[in-house]
Amino acid sequence: MINIFEVLETNEMIQKENLDVRTITLGISLLDCIDSDLNSLNQKIYDKITTLAENLVSVGAKIEKEYGIPVVNKRISVTPIALVGGAACKTPEDFVTVAETLDRAAKRVGVNFIGGYSALVSKGMTKADRMLIESVPQALSKTDVVCSSVNVGSTKTGINMDAVKLIGEKILETAELTKDMDSIGCAKFVVFCNAPDDNPFMAGAFHGVTEADAVINVGVSGPGVVLRAIETAKGRDFEFLCETIKKTAFKITRVGQLVAKTASEMLGIPFGIVDLSLAPTPAIGDSVADILKSMGLEYPGAPGTTAALAMLNDQVKKGGVMASSSVGGLSGAFIPVSEDQGMIDAVLAGSLTIEKLEAMTCVCSVGLDMIAIPGDTRASSISGIIADEMAIGMINQKTTAVRLIPVIGKGVGDTAEFGGLLGYAPIMSVNSFACDDFVNRTGRIPAPVHSFKN
Amino acid sequence: MKKAIITVVGKDCVGIIAKVCTYLAEHRINILDISQTIVQGYFNMMMITDIAGADCDFITIQSSLDVIGNEIGCIIRIQDEAIFDVMHRI
Repeated sequence: MINIFEVLETNEMIQKENLDVRTITLGISLLDCIDSDLNSLNQKIYDKITTLAENLVSVGAKIEKEYGIPVVNKRISVTPIALVGGAACKTPEDFVTVAETLDRAAKRVGVNFIGGYSALVSKGMTKADRMLIESVPQALSKTDVVCSSVNVGSTKTGINMDAVKLIGEKILETAELTKDMDSIGCAKFVVFCNAPDDNPFMAGAFHGVTEADAVINVGVSGPGVVLRAIETAKGRDFEFLCETIKKTAFKITRVGQLVAKTASEMLGIPFGIVDLSLAPTPAIGDSVADILKSMGLEYPGAPGTTAALAMLNDQVKKGGVMASSSVGGLSGAFIPVSEDQGMIDAVLAGSLTIEKLEAMTCVCSVGLDMIAIPGDTRASSISGIIADEMAIGMINQKTTAVRLIPVIGKGVGDTAEFGGLLGYAPIMSVNSFACDDFVNRTGRIPAPVHSFKN
Repeated sequence: MKKAIITVVGKDCVGIIAKVCTYLAEHRINILDISQTIVQGYFNMMMITDIAGADCDFITIQSSLDVIGNEIGCIIRIQDEAIFDVMHRI
């Protein structure tokens, strides 16, 4: 039988170390909503989402009460809209009406984000894909809770550089259209290489075409719990440190599995995966950067950071995999800058640069995340950064992503304020040398050879 | 059987257990096990209960215990046993 110390340990994790279920994400296929008439497409999408997700928020609240653990976000992901809207949308403006429908439906059921205003263009762009990407600035500035993503590359197909170039321009346009709020539109847009079909985390969540009609995916989180556990391993060797992380990850993930199963039963929708990511928040102590510090680094960015992160990420997976019947999504340590107070401190202390962050993304999910850069950064430079990050994903057979926010009217030394879970971010300096002639070449970078690994 | 764990945390004073047990008895909630300890000067009590035969639902029990907790200056929680079970038992 459970004893009092085990009960107290669990409740301590929840109350003092910010253990929570970060998100229950309901994936919904919209393939059966496809229609050549724009109005009926929008109506079908609205009806399907509001019917299937009607009880999502109340089920989340019920689980919260029964288990006494916060379920922070309830979210929805849908089939990439470029596929769903292709038959009906003849202009980028038509696609914007679909974004507005998603926004209305999400607000109606009370979720805080809906993802899937997306296109999958790793090898080439259809007319619809291109129109959707062109519509992103308008869509993100006219809606509040819609998140958008584009998959521009994969290990199997290479990198679509035409899309990378176009996206660099669209990120700047999005920044310009939302400049009154420190270009927050860009915080809702991610570019991926090897995007997973079942990611529950925003802004990159979409419901892949290989998925069932509806599915429940859960993202757990607990940087604070891992931090506290590592603090007990101060001065011990790596073997002990790894064991500590694995045991903690196991406990955290078991809770995620329980919540996912319960939500699935209550909603009558199949369980998909548990995402094992360590997702920080701006709350003090809920930080991946603090974990790196407690391992023995003065600041993230110091020599040894990449090794520490690689180890952390691997132990979290090793502990978590056994705790869940099905693991998926991104499953790694997130290293966003604005959402992690420790990362912000490291940038302000001069320890962390975009280049070092890029190196860190080689060993962990997910990529250059929530990084504010000067508003006068050239579109080609943004495309160059994206291409670099996509290349890391393509060669290393892992998911990588870029979520950059060029903050219009601000430069290095200023701070961008996003509010809430998105936090605030010091503007980071971008290498100012040009890459226009590289980015402006058309076509794609071919898929890499899968042998001769060096 | 539907097991729920009740925890009471606060400053020790006369009648804490009595108050909680009276409420549970009135609502036909069976107590399977009680243990208590003092952590950092605070009184910690845990009860394993069976709420299958309770005459009201989980949310009602939860809000009633909340009210009792406010009266006696303690934090009283009731949680489904499953969360502890999955975390601490393989």
